[in-house]
Amino acid sequence: MLVLLGVLVVVVGFALRLNAMLVVTVAGLVTGFLGGLSLREILDAFGTGFAGSRSIAVFLLVLPVIGLVERNGLQEQARRLISRLARLTTGRVLAAYLVVRQITAAVGLLSIGGHAQSVRPLIAPMAEAAAVKRHGALPEAVSRRIRAFAAGTDNVGAFFGEDIFVAVGAVLLITSFVDTTYGLTLRPLDVALWSIPTAVVAFLLHGARSLHVDRVVAREVRAAASAEGRTGAVEG
Amino acid sequence: MIRVEWFYWLIGLFFLAVAASAVRDRTNPHRVPSAVFWALLGISFPYSSFVVAETAPAWPLGLLVIAIALIAGTGRLGQGSGAGTTSRQERQGLAERFGGRVFIPVLAIPVVTALFATLGPKISVGGQPLLQPLSETVIGLGVSAVVALALGMWLLRTHSLAVPLAEGRRLTENIGWASVLPQLLAMLGLVFATAGVGDAIGRSASAVLPSGVLLPAVVVYCVGMAVFTVIMGNAFAAFPVLTAAVGYPLLVTGFGGNAPAVFAIGMLSGYCGTLCTPMAANYNIVPVALLDLRDDYAVIRAQLPTAVPLLAANVALMYVLAF
Repeated sequence: MLVLLGVLVVVVGFALRLNAMLVVTVAGLVTGFLGGLSLREILDAFGTGFAGSRSIAVFLLVLPVIGLVERNGLQEQARRLISRLARLTTGRVLAAYLVVRQITAAVGLLSIGGHAQSVRPLIAPMAEAAAVKRHGALPEAVSRRIRAFAAGTDNVGAFFGEDIFVAVGAVLLITSFVDTTYGLTLRPLDVALWSIPTAVVAFLLHGARSLHVDRVVAREVRAAASAEGRTGAVEG
Repeated sequence: MIRVEWFYWLIGLFFLAVAASAVRDRTNPHRVPSAVFWALLGISFPYSSFVVAETAPAWPLGLLVIAIALIAGTGRLGQGSGAGTTSRQERQGLAERFGGRVFIPVLAIPVVTALFATLGPKISVGGQPLLQPLSETVIGLGVSAVVALALGMWLLRTHSLAVPLAEGRRLTENIGWASVLPQLLAMLGLVFATAGVGDAIGRSASAVLPSGVLLPAVVVYCVGMAVFTVIMGNAFAAFPVLTAAVGYPLLVTGFGGNAPAVFAIGMLSGYCGTLCTPMAANYNIVPVALLDLRDDYAVIRAQLPTAVPLLAANVALMYVLAF
């Protein structure tokens, strides 16, 4: 049970908002020593873990091209596009992206979306532009809220679509673990099918929240405007 | 055969290029330690290839990672002023000049990735698969980045690779240490597993459980998956632990639950935890940097009102559908 102190290091470190890199490294060392590993074994585990997880970093390779197109006005162009489509609101942009993300992930195309390759260059500027079209220039806090919601929408769509796809990831992890550990013979397709109810609920919940963003934005813009009006009156 | 390692070497090269230009950037208050940070990362990626192939020991890589963490953790990783990119006005003008053309490279990324993911595994050359098996999507993303860059340079009349490299460096410096945090967390997960953290949590989960009643057992499995995922940052790490402690012995054998339904919904309860934790850095912390959100927990805050009711829905779905 002593090894749980390592978990405590993580929880306390994140709660105190210490630098995450330090927290994680210290937690790894503490857990390793309490678990009876030698320094050499801990360093080996660090190295193996790092080497084995390099695929998470491949998104960095798209940054040069994203930077290049942004330099040439990509985000501005995404905003112009939105301002021409009168019926598109922030909420509808986000809900539409949720649909696309969930469906493409469900057929196995998980890595075609993502924060670097689609949220930053396209979805976030489009969602912001739709709000600007309606309300004029946005307070920075409102812009940030829209961008954060766009990132959340990417995650929700990816997580609750991916699990329906039979050939990789969660489904195979489940079947391979329980088949080898308990001698069952689960069909991956059954596991995938039982993921659908949750995927539907996730779509309804997050889709409704996406559409609701329009009202949240309207409320916050009004609040910011009236706050500005008040301070303006005092100064005046 | 196209191997995924080639793209890891490419990332290593990119980090070295970032280091080379960071060391000359006098607008960065910590330019030397910053350059060392990126250079060490640049070395660690190709070195990892030998670790994976078991032709080199893993511990020097562990030391490298600690050095990287120390530079970042002591606040010595800085970034340049980002001067050299275009201004907002210039971008308005460029947007008018190039029009919809700027979208093409960005849209090429998903198209190429999708082609590789779907058709890639079916192609073989001389009896050998064209793409390294099981890495098709990662290779697809890497290839799409290269294709999109070539397309972008051609369409946007960019004649020097230095331009996209400088822009890529600017974005990478923006993300900073969050670009490697996901890997450090994966490494912590491995240490947790080796040291037996999972078993300890599994024992406490089964200890709090009253026996013989279905609903509490469903709640402990689903909520346990979410909580353990919050701690580990990864539902895949939580699944074997909670399934061994509660899911299989109690829900499937004890109460006769439908195994695929129990396990599928259990895993998805873990995903609700992924939406709530800074430990899932690639989903929840990297976008904070990419989208300039200031608050580290901005994405998590946006996701909480989806995650919590969804977890409750999972408990209900499992209770109703699996038994």
